Amino acid sequence: MTGPAIVADGLTRRFGAFTAVDAVSFAVGRGEVFGFLGANGAGKTTAIRMLIGLLPPTAGEATVAGASITSDPEGVRRRIGYMSQRFSLYDDLTVRENVALFGTIYGLRPAAIDARREILLGRIGLAHARDALVRQLPLGWKQQLALMVALLHEPEVVFLDEPTGGVDPITRRRFWELIYATAASGTTVLVTTHYLDEAEYCDRLSIMVDGRIAAIGTPGEVRATWGAATLDEVFLRLTRPGAAA
Amino acid sequence: MTRAAPAVVVEELHVQRGATRAVDGVSCTIAHGERFGVIGPDGAGKTTLFRVLTTLLLPSQGRVRVLDHDVAGAPWAVRGQLGYMPGRFALYPDLSVAENLAFYAEVFGTSVEAGLGRIAPIWEQLAPFAGRRAGALSGGMKQKLALCCALIHRPTLLVLDEPTTGVDAVSRREFWDLLDALRSDDLTVIVATPYMDEAARCDRVALMQHGRFLAMDAPSAITTGFRHPLLAVRAADRLGLLAMLRAFPHARGAWPFGDTVHYSDARLGSEPGEIREELVAWAADRGLGDLAAEPIAPGIEDLFIDRLAEHEAVA
Repeated sequence: MTGPAIVADGLTRRFGAFTAVDAVSFAVGRGEVFGFLGANGAGKTTAIRMLIGLLPPTAGEATVAGASITSDPEGVRRRIGYMSQRFSLYDDLTVRENVALFGTIYGLRPAAIDARREILLGRIGLAHARDALVRQLPLGWKQQLALMVALLHEPEVVFLDEPTGGVDPITRRRFWELIYATAASGTTVLVTTHYLDEAEYCDRLSIMVDGRIAAIGTPGEVRATWGAATLDEVFLRLTRPGAAA
Repeated sequence: MTRAAPAVVVEELHVQRGATRAVDGVSCTIAHGERFGVIGPDGAGKTTLFRVLTTLLLPSQGRVRVLDHDVAGAPWAVRGQLGYMPGRFALYPDLSVAENLAFYAEVFGTSVEAGLGRIAPIWEQLAPFAGRRAGALSGGMKQKLALCCALIHRPTLLVLDEPTTGVDAVSRREFWDLLDALRSDDLTVIVATPYMDEAARCDRVALMQHGRFLAMDAPSAITTGFRHPLLAVRAADRLGLLAMLRAFPHARGAWPFGDTVHYSDARLGSEPGEIREELVAWAADRGLGDLAAEPIAPGIEDLFIDRLAEHEAVA
């Protein structure tokens, strides 16, 4: 399939009188690492819930991996992977059991699950721990394993919601190397983060403010547009227009 | 005001939790009125340490004195003078803002009126929502309420466990501004955070991982512990640059930092200018013609990564 991995066109979601996402339009190319930034409450989570087919929009449309979120949300969910910091894996199951569970949910055959498991565990150097309880793994490894599980069914697009929250600075950087490798293999990555240095690692990024996209482009373009030395400065100016830098 | 004893004295603290040594030999002394930061990732042992300081968990080994009382021998004497804000939102969502505050004041045998003076700079912002259910507040307002509830009984020690985790960069800065507004010689503040960039807002910081303090000092002084030459390196092909730098025979570390890669050299005392020339030549031989590098001063995150990598290499 050709064409962009994600296209949002006037995507809107209202909750009563409150407009959480306000006519958002953007496109993400295939194999791109796209940073989806914004302050708490800016509408990121609502936008992502629409893009992964969990929440119908009030108005507008989006296609993800070629499937429409309004007419074919099932098709969207089949083609994407999703990982969040809050929920990713079952602590009381082993690595192998977690992989088997998610593989079955994704509709993979047992032989395919076994094969994918070994490839993905090999990629993060965790093959020796396949029978360990997930609870026993250090957080940094859990997060890397969660990403591998999200890639189990070879999705075209993967959504990562604050995947590096709370992890140590080395693991955070290793995680980004995995993100690069994922994108290099052709999977599009949409990622949210509160670490603005990580925004610099993205091919392109957007910053949401009050339900709208206030800035979009490569990190260099966004900095240049706002005449700022760092993305931190852009972020501050956009989210607190009154505050001095 | 002068006091004989420091606010907190921790001597060789060990805390065993199941099979893990959650705190593995921590010692520190914290002065009255000091703002002390404990910086480290999830699982480093910060929360376990804080639970000992707040008398909720007993030391397995070692001695801990808080406000001149032994935490194991006299926990109640400590608790009356202590404000604690745990990592998770711990207020009553079905009570209003004012009711939460009154509840905490009563639990400590005091009144809201008696405690309002200290929290005035925060309460100003919260007062318009006094009648609202705590569960219906925005994230930032919840945090302000939690801080008010932790301070309403006028404690002399405030312990904050990751107050800014999951909070966006700008709101984080505003939370630290609030702490600045509360500054007083009569209030010692101990705060845990996973964000390295918050270190600068503390008087002293300890970097914590694997149950230990990797380093402890004033934020401006702590990076003197990083003694290897450090350069910020750029090239358009960042992945290629990383691989190339890590393959350089004298590399100590190469890690992405924003739009650059920070490269540290294993040769202590080498001239950064000479290292730059070597890197440019090394890159050019490998098809990377656009490498640019400049010597930089290490930051706290550089130090943390260096110590972690050293630890992993030994382990």
